[in-house]
Amino acid sequence: MNWHSATEFFAMGGYGIYVWSAYAATAGVLALEAGFALRRRRRALAAARERQA
Amino acid sequence: MLAAARCIVRRDLLLALRRPSDVATALLFFVIVASLFPLGVGAEPNLLRAIAPGVIWVAALLSSMLSLGRLFAADHADGTLEQMLLGVSPLGVVAAAKVFTHWLVSGLPLVAIAPLIALQYDLPQSLYGTLALSLLLGTPVLSLIGAIGAALTLGLRGGGVLLALLVLPLYVPVLIMGAGSVDMAAAGLSPAGQLQLLAALLVLAAAFAPWAIATALRISTE
Amino acid sequence: MSTVIRWFWFASPQTFFPLAGTAARWSAAIAALLAAAGLYVGFFVAPTDAQQGEAYRIIFIHVPAAWMSMVIYLAMAFWAALGWVLNARMASMLARALAPSGMVFTLIALWTGAVWGKPAWGTWWVWDARLTSELILLFLYIGYLALTEAIDDPKRADRAGALVAIVGAVNVPVIYFSVKWWNTLHQGASVSLTAAPTMAHAMLLAMLLMTFAFWAYAFAVVFMRARAIVLERECGAAWVRGLSNPAIGLPT
Repeated sequence: MNWHSATEFFAMGGYGIYVWSAYAATAGVLALEAGFALRRRRRALAAARERQA
Repeated sequence: MLAAARCIVRRDLLLALRRPSDVATALLFFVIVASLFPLGVGAEPNLLRAIAPGVIWVAALLSSMLSLGRLFAADHADGTLEQMLLGVSPLGVVAAAKVFTHWLVSGLPLVAIAPLIALQYDLPQSLYGTLALSLLLGTPVLSLIGAIGAALTLGLRGGGVLLALLVLPLYVPVLIMGAGSVDMAAAGLSPAGQLQLLAALLVLAAAFAPWAIATALRISTE
Repeated sequence: MSTVIRWFWFASPQTFFPLAGTAARWSAAIAALLAAAGLYVGFFVAPTDAQQGEAYRIIFIHVPAAWMSMVIYLAMAFWAALGWVLNARMASMLARALAPSGMVFTLIALWTGAVWGKPAWGTWWVWDARLTSELILLFLYIGYLALTEAIDDPKRADRAGALVAIVGAVNVPVIYFSVKWWNTLHQGASVSLTAAPTMAHAMLLAMLLMTFAFWAYAFAVVFMRARAIVLERECGAAWVRGLSNPAIGLPT
C-alpha cells in the first residue's frame, strides 16, 4: 500500500492540486464528450420521429 | 501539355499585371507585419538580430497564405474553372501552371524584398544569401501546399480563416527548415542540411501537390 | 462448401446501426472495468517516482490520451480514405464520428501535459518535440472538423475531409521530425515528458490498462456518435422510418 491515510492520498506528496486537477479535468472533458454524443443521438432520434409524423 | 501550361501562365500573368493592387497589397502586408515586431518586442539590436530569420519567415508565410484566396476564386466565379475541368489538358498541369504563376507574383517578390527587411533587423549581410535561398526554395512549397487548401475551400463561407486553419499546420516543417537554415548560418554552422531538406520538400511538393490540387478542385466543383 | 467472407456486410448503414449499438454498450462497460483496474494499479500499486514524487502519476492519463489522439487520427484518415475510394458512405460517416473524439484526446494530452510540466519543470508549457507535435495535431483535427462542418453537401464534405485527413496523415511524420530537429537546435527541455529512465512494471501496467480503457471508451462514444450520424443522414430510408415508429418500438 502506498498510502497510510486518506489525507496522504489526497495530498499526493504536495502535488495534490496538480494531480487531482488533471484527473478532474480529464474526467470532466470525457463526461462532456459523452454527454454531447448522447445529446446528438437523442436529437437525431427526435428528428427522425418528427419526419415520421 | 506544355503549350497549355504556357498559355495559362501567360493568361494569369496578364490578369495579375492588370490588377497590380492585388499583388502589391500582399507584399505590403509582408513589410508591415515584419515592421510590427520591433514595435512589439522592443528595438534592442541583439534581440532583433536573433529573431530576424523567424520573423521574416513568418511574415512571408502569412503573406503567401493571404494571397492564396485569389488563386482559384476569380476563375471559379466566372466559370473558367469548369471549362478547365472539362478541357483536354490534364487538370494537374493546369493546376501546376496556375500555382507557378501565383508564386511568380506573390512568392518571388518576397525573396527580393526580404533583404530590405533584414536590413531593418540588422541581420549580418553574410546571411542574406542563405535567407534569400531559403525563401526561394520555401515559398514555392508554401504556394503548392496552400493551393490544395485553396482548392478545398472554394466558395465556402468563412473561406479565408478556414484556409489558414487547414494550411498553417502543414506549413510548419517549411517554416522550421527555412528559419532554421538562417539560424544555423548565424551560428557559424553550415545551413546546407536544412537547405537540402527544403529542396527535398520542394521536389516532393512539386511531384504530388498538383495531383492533390486537381483532386481537390474536382471535389469542390462537383 | 466454401465460406464466403462478407467483407461489406457492415458497410450498409442499416446493418451497422444495431451492431454499433451493442458494441457501444459493451465497450462502455469494458472501459469502466479497465479504468478501475488501471487507476487502482496506478495509485495503489505503482511506487513513488524517485525524481518527480507523486506528480508523475499524471502520466497514467497523459500518455494514454496522447497515444489515442494519434491512433484515432490514423483511423480517421483510414476510414475516410476507404469511404472515398470505395464510395462507401458508412466508412466516411465513421471517419466523421472519429474526429471529435480524437480532438478531445488531443486536448486532454495537452492539458495534462501542461499540468504535469508545472511541478516537473517549473513552467506551464514546455516546447518539447512531443507536446509541440501534439499541438499541431490539435490544429489538424480542428482543420478537419472546421472544413467538414463548413460544407453542407455530405458527399463533398466527406471527400474534402478525406483529402485533408490523408494530406495531414502523410505530413505528420514530416512535422514530427522537423519539430524534433527544431527542438534539439533550440536546446529545449532536456528530458522528454514521457521518458522515465526505468519504468517500474506496475507503472507500465497501469499505463497500458488506462490506454485500453481509453480505447474502449473511444469505441463507445464513436459508435454512439456514428449511430447519430447514420440517423441524421439516412432519415429518408425505410428502415429508419421503421425504427422511429412507436408501434415497432424505440431503438435501444
